[in-house]
Amino acid sequence: MKRGRNRNVPFVSNPLLKVSLPAYRSQLLMLCVALGFVALAARAVWLQVFSQDFLQRQGEVRYARTIELPASRGKIFDRNGVVLASSLPARAVWAAPEQVDATPEQLARLARLLSMRESELSRRLADNDRSFVYLKRQVEPDVAEQVARLDIAGVHQQREYKRHYPEGETIAHVIGFTNVEDVGQEGVELAKNAVLSGQAGSRRVIRDRLGRVVEDVGATREPHNGSDLALSIDSKVQYLAFNAVREAVDEHRARAGAAVVIDVRSGEILALANWPTFDPNLREKLSGAQLRNRVLTDTFEPGSTMKPFTAALALELGLMRPDTTIQTDPGRLTIGGRTIGDSRRHGELTVAEVIQKSSNVGTAKMALEMQAQQMWEFYTRLGFGQAPRIGFPGAVAGRVRPYRNWKPIEQVTMSYGHGMSVSLLQLARAYSVFARDGELVPLSMFRVDGGAVDGVEVISPETARAVRHMLELAAGPGGTAPRAQIAGYRVAGKTGTAHKQENGRYVRKYISSFVGFAPVSDPRVIVAVMLDEPSAGKYYGGVVAAPIFARITGDSLRALRIPPDAPLAQVILPADAVEESM
Amino acid sequence: MLTRVNVLLAGLLVLCALGLVTSQHRARKVFIDVERAQAHAAAHEVRWNQLQVEQTELAKSARIDARARRELTMQSASAERTLHLSIDPVTRQVSLSQPWREAAESGKPGGVRPAVHGRPARPAAPGGRARAENRR
Repeated sequence: MKRGRNRNVPFVSNPLLKVSLPAYRSQLLMLCVALGFVALAARAVWLQVFSQDFLQRQGEVRYARTIELPASRGKIFDRNGVVLASSLPARAVWAAPEQVDATPEQLARLARLLSMRESELSRRLADNDRSFVYLKRQVEPDVAEQVARLDIAGVHQQREYKRHYPEGETIAHVIGFTNVEDVGQEGVELAKNAVLSGQAGSRRVIRDRLGRVVEDVGATREPHNGSDLALSIDSKVQYLAFNAVREAVDEHRARAGAAVVIDVRSGEILALANWPTFDPNLREKLSGAQLRNRVLTDTFEPGSTMKPFTAALALELGLMRPDTTIQTDPGRLTIGGRTIGDSRRHGELTVAEVIQKSSNVGTAKMALEMQAQQMWEFYTRLGFGQAPRIGFPGAVAGRVRPYRNWKPIEQVTMSYGHGMSVSLLQLARAYSVFARDGELVPLSMFRVDGGAVDGVEVISPETARAVRHMLELAAGPGGTAPRAQIAGYRVAGKTGTAHKQENGRYVRKYISSFVGFAPVSDPRVIVAVMLDEPSAGKYYGGVVAAPIFARITGDSLRALRIPPDAPLAQVILPADAVEESM
Repeated sequence: MLTRVNVLLAGLLVLCALGLVTSQHRARKVFIDVERAQAHAAAHEVRWNQLQVEQTELAKSARIDARARRELTMQSASAERTLHLSIDPVTRQVSLSQPWREAAESGKPGGVRPAVHGRPARPAAPGGRARAENRR
């Protein structure tokens, strides 16, 4: 429009142009403008090139955030999907001491909520040198909520996880526990820490004015939750075993007790019970004795529970047959200046009766026909002297000395389980050769899908069946452990009673044990029981350990719904059971 | 002519710019919803874990056992207190027996006692045998 109005006055005829001005003025102006542009360009270069990183960072700080994506630790289940360990969110309450500004009444309420003494709380808050003090970790979310509502300046919270163990002390030794950082410290939690622990991820996001996440920027690192684990443990069987052990320790005033239940077909450990125990949910005050998993980490002299292996080797080598007779009179035997003896005279016994009556002399005479190397090799093939490979921390190997150093008397005492040491788990596993027609089963702490697993053949099926029959006799009316009988099921097993050693000398303290399996017609579970220092007067394995075995086995078979294989009314207890020889 | 095209293009440009702004806004809104839903899912997951732990705690054998004994005054089934019902496969006669008690009372040398861990037997159920009539 303006142009339209001025069309009749051309620019070139503008009178102002006719005024002559000095040329330097326009040149100066040009220079100034040029300098201005140069300055702008220099500033642009400075901002765009040299300060770019700083500026971009500053910008991003104002809208972008990196969010930690927490990963949870995997859960532990039993074989039937019952939760044994699970991580739930918790809060860590922390404070910046110099910023804390609270009334005494607020502090009192805080102390009460955190169940701390007030003096302890103020001591922690008095530490002005530090800018970060944990007041309490692993606080339950509802308590943390109340702490937050107190709204004390300088008291903050941080997310973390707390591990919960709903089954508690029943299965504490198998599961173990984690520390406050959710890292495994004992048991399966430690052994499988790498599998269970998750890997936290992170993502970079843009937040809007209200703090809402509105966009992802850059690559997201996905969090990886820890994998869940299914153990081989059956929590019902575990409870039955645990309860039986606990009551037996109480009844016999023993120092400790342990039991293990193994599935014969799959080698899975269905229960592994220990007493004394601890509550993994309250792990502030734990002692070594409580933490010890006696099934795996304690070794003891097995005593008579080793005799069936001697008999099996004698049969396997063709030295004897089950009905070969051995003279055990006069109930004692002197070898190399040392005398071993039976608890009473048994006269002439067959091999089967030697096991049934648990005769030391009979077993010794069998052992004397063997070579040391043969015995050593047999024990080694049964897994004695080697740590069982079940991926569990602290499983011990036990001790079987090399055969070259064996003296004859040592070979003899070893044949009935003295002068060597084994763990209860090794012993239970070795009995699988009798329960499984000669195969030694590999053990597993974790659920084995697909049922049966293959074992390693150690003895022939015929030998296994023969020894199984002997073990059934031993757990019958004429044997050392009639109290191992269970209504409705045929059982087989062997007692063990051993003196304990202290400072290299045998003392009048005992370990009573029993290892057996049932039902004999088609063995399904192996149960091994051990009681340390029963001191209520009774200490023979047949009196102390066998009833625990009977209780655990009977209850387990019923819990596992295994059909009975014997008439219900066949359990007969003689007035005087055969006392076992030590 | 050229001017008109320019004006048209400028108009289009403004429209496109506005469209971009709206769609960006919508995308952010939807994104916020997704975030909220995901937070919800995570909260549910936590709740589920809590309930799972709670369920195990409430249903664990130790607790059931203790409460059954304390509140319902139940006892373990010991052999002495078990009545056995057996059906003869041929005659289909049902018989009721208490093998543990009978054997213990028969006074056989040595006696017969339960191998299972049990408590002392209660007095015999009234007419334990007498009720073992023939039933079909």
